[in-house]
Amino acid sequence: MTHIDEAPRPAAAAPPRGREKKLPGKDRATVITMVTVPLLLVVLLVWVPAVLSFVLSFGKWNGFGDLDTIEWVGVQNYEDIFTIYPAFWPAVQHNLIWLAFLFVFPTILGMLLAVVLDREMKGSRLYQTAFYMPVVLSLALIGFIWQLFYSRDQGLINQVFNTQVDWYGDPDINLWAVLVATAWRHTGYIMLIYLAGLKGVDASLREAAAVDGANEVKTFFHVIFPVMRPINMVVIVIVVIESLRAFDLVWVINKGRNGLEVIGALVAQNVVGEATRYGFGSALAVIMMVISSVFITIYLRTVFREERSR
Amino acid sequence: MSRTTSSAIPRSTVATMAATRRSVLRGIGLSGLAVGGASMLAACGGDDAGPSTGSGATVKFGINEAEGVGPAYDRLAAMAEAYTKETDTKVSLNAVDHNTFQESINTYLQGTPDDVFTWFAGFRMAQFAENGLITDLSDQWPIDGLNDSFKQAATAPDGKQYFVPVQYYPWAVFYRKSVFEKNGWAPPETNDDFMALMEDMQGKGVTPFAFGDKDGWPAMGTFDILNMRLNGFDFHMSLMAGDEAWDGDEVKQVFETWRTLLPYHQADPLGRTWQEAATAMGKGECGMYLLGTFVVDALGENGEDLDFFTFPELDSSIGSDALDAPIDGFCVASAGQNQEAGKAMAKWLGSAAAADAANSNADAPFIAANEGASTSTYSDLQKKSAEVVGAAANIAQFMDRDTNADFANTVMIPSIQAFLKDPDDIDGVTASIQEQAASIFG
Repeated sequence: MTHIDEAPRPAAAAPPRGREKKLPGKDRATVITMVTVPLLLVVLLVWVPAVLSFVLSFGKWNGFGDLDTIEWVGVQNYEDIFTIYPAFWPAVQHNLIWLAFLFVFPTILGMLLAVVLDREMKGSRLYQTAFYMPVVLSLALIGFIWQLFYSRDQGLINQVFNTQVDWYGDPDINLWAVLVATAWRHTGYIMLIYLAGLKGVDASLREAAAVDGANEVKTFFHVIFPVMRPINMVVIVIVVIESLRAFDLVWVINKGRNGLEVIGALVAQNVVGEATRYGFGSALAVIMMVISSVFITIYLRTVFREERSR
Repeated sequence: MSRTTSSAIPRSTVATMAATRRSVLRGIGLSGLAVGGASMLAACGGDDAGPSTGSGATVKFGINEAEGVGPAYDRLAAMAEAYTKETDTKVSLNAVDHNTFQESINTYLQGTPDDVFTWFAGFRMAQFAENGLITDLSDQWPIDGLNDSFKQAATAPDGKQYFVPVQYYPWAVFYRKSVFEKNGWAPPETNDDFMALMEDMQGKGVTPFAFGDKDGWPAMGTFDILNMRLNGFDFHMSLMAGDEAWDGDEVKQVFETWRTLLPYHQADPLGRTWQEAATAMGKGECGMYLLGTFVVDALGENGEDLDFFTFPELDSSIGSDALDAPIDGFCVASAGQNQEAGKAMAKWLGSAAAADAANSNADAPFIAANEGASTSTYSDLQKKSAEVVGAAANIAQFMDRDTNADFANTVMIPSIQAFLKDPDDIDGVTASIQEQAASIFG
């Protein structure tokens, strides 16, 4: 193992700390541009809409006319969502099921596939392509493809097995049917990310483990997996994001109704199309934002703790 | 959303694929930017050169049918062409997929809309009129050949006309003539006939009613007709306007009756599109189907073997002379650049000449609102549709056109689906509808 960059440098080469603060004019301009441009974009594209959604969530507005036509109703939208909106609690539950399912099945399967493919067996590139193929497709298209399998009267599954299962219409089944379709894509996605991570692991670590007499499984769990901590974090974040933004597939199928309620679809139902309950939809969006910020906070805390402990 | 033309591809897939300016706007709307966006967009407009009307002028014509989806587009395109030929006004056609058009209508009208655009009669039109998004066309009325009931349908609550009707289609009970003939069935005259017919169908292994409600809106037609038969047209309309209680005995009775009819319907409607249900009726697996005349589109034939009857009477004091017959037509956008040309064109679009141009250039003709229009291209089915609608005492537009779109889409669709999932919890469903209606109608 050679860590050239960590080799002790001659003390004279290190610039005195005080001088670091004063950059030459040109460099300073560069730094300022590089900070302000993305900052402005983030503020404009993320924070302004977020704050506006928050403000709107206290109003009742159908989007007609100017802003002064907004009727301010306080927390009524939130109250309605929690008490009389039948779709809300099922949606929260479905998002959670989505999250758990993605973690337990396709994510672990994707990792497993990555580990297997990493061993560079014969035809691994072929498999890699095959597994990755669905990721290229949009989720809307995937919904369409799976419709051909799932249709109750004309679908492939019911035709082949001579059954009459209402895959997309039965609210007890359709969520799972959709999750299988999602998994088809998610597995390939995780596989590719993990594979990239595995390729980056220093080969000498494996050699060292092998010399120490560890078998493959032990090597993976005791050496490789801990080393891949950053990638593991990325995978966790991706799974959380994917389950929170669960939307496209259910929207294609039945616009997120009848057993397929997810928060994202409820937001869309209320603000997209002719039904324009902007206030109500914004309140749902704010709730979604709060939920996702819980995960973001946990993630950031973990990352910062790690940085500090270094 | 009472009608969809894309049959092979799911509606939203088409919408997703058509990345138009509007879908981008819709995306912005989702992220909350629409707040400022809508008013910002209203400020920027094109500056057209040339005269505003007559020869050499340009009218922008927004239509809710994408190119190549079938006769609906062909008819509108033919109308645009005929108008150019007749008046030398250039028509710039803006063709947008049906669902995309409808989903972005709000942003569209508040942004830079086309001068004339395809739209619907009923609450949807009235709502735009109240908010000043469409132009008063009362100076264009009366229009030759459009009778008073159409003028009524074009009138907003303020008493002025904002709409020009072009076509309509009734909702009724459709069946295959050959299937009825083979089994010796006849359209029922009374409710007893009706029940006997359904029993006989079941005895012969045929499901009486085809039924699909995956898209959410088709089942609204069943609610409408039952409500009109059981509680009358006036009650139906004031219920739609939010003036009656949804948890009252009247509405409960509608659901109760519906529950007794459900065993005669195809099972598992929530996983089936209306096209799939229509196919089941087409194949003779189901005897009848309550839908609009657009049922023909899903059968892939011209409908010669298809006939229909209006839903029979359930209460003799109310009768059976009301039905759903949505009217399609045109409005002029207030934010359109060329108001005069838009108005002139809208008026022409309601004429018999416009209807004839449309019908002679498409495979399937529509039923023209204008009574002067030629019916030579009509099939028997269309002639009968025109007759039945002409004879109806009261015409409703369809639930999602007669009531607040917010309420229809976000409350009624899931509520009717909840009822179809669990038909025994009528009290629960109606109570939930009432709570939400109270919150939305305020």
